[in-house]
Amino acid sequence: MLKTLSAFIIGLIFGTGIILSGMANPAKVLNFFDVYGTWDPSLMFVMGGALVVTTIGYRLVFQMNHPLLESGFSLPARKDIDGKLILGAATFGIGWGLSGFCPGGLIPALGLGSIEPLYAAAGIITGILAFRLVTQSRLNQPAT
Amino acid sequence: MTEFTPILSMLGGALIGVAVVALMAIQGRIAGITGIVSGLLTSPMSNDWAWRAAFILGMVVAPVGIAIATGNMPQISIPVSPLMLAVGGFIVGVGTSLGSGCTSGHGVCGLARFSARSLVATLIFMATGLATVFIIRHVIGV
Repeated sequence: MLKTLSAFIIGLIFGTGIILSGMANPAKVLNFFDVYGTWDPSLMFVMGGALVVTTIGYRLVFQMNHPLLESGFSLPARKDIDGKLILGAATFGIGWGLSGFCPGGLIPALGLGSIEPLYAAAGIITGILAFRLVTQSRLNQPAT
Repeated sequence: MTEFTPILSMLGGALIGVAVVALMAIQGRIAGITGIVSGLLTSPMSNDWAWRAAFILGMVVAPVGIAIATGNMPQISIPVSPLMLAVGGFIVGVGTSLGSGCTSGHGVCGLARFSARSLVATLIFMATGLATVFIIRHVIGV
């Protein structure tokens, strides 16, 4: 219960930050990418603000023996830079440049009450499920 | 044109940082939206379902909180057709699944942990985002 409640409040803070920062506004995101046109560098400041707080905050948190409500930290262990990472990141950037929505920017936009963000949400959900379907069917194929 | 908003954007970014640090301090988790959303979609029976759903719900209602606090619903502008939103969204869904993360997971959590994987991913998705907008606006000229 405490985990669920705290996650809700953290999500609320995250979403508020996203909205204030402009990350939920495709016009602003696409102008950030449009360095040779109507460039709006605001989103550099989002990254800057988030990174300063997170870098310092993580350092302090990792001095704790364990998180408040769990017995240990769940951190990604992988260190290798493989083709999937590179191809996946490149693909994501193309989709972000086409739609103006990254996943974190889209979710608070869904709460604004307009229809358009739902098209992007339907696309993202279909993309995640399609990827899952393809990778699973590959795993299920007998080894040759 | 959109207005240059360095202070508001930095403040928003700092709030994102507060949330990211809080999730690590309380649950020991990376606040990557791709990971949280795919967990919701693909592991509905998991013990983690409830907190993930609560986190996403909190994000969705954030604009309502802002509307209550300020008296105005935040405004966004979407200069993209519904078809392009759906197509772009689909590509985002595939790319973030394949690359194990998006702006939040790689660009904030990963960079703050000095992860080389996240640095590579962030540089690449920023570069292809820039290239895509360049091609659409200045080569094709939409």
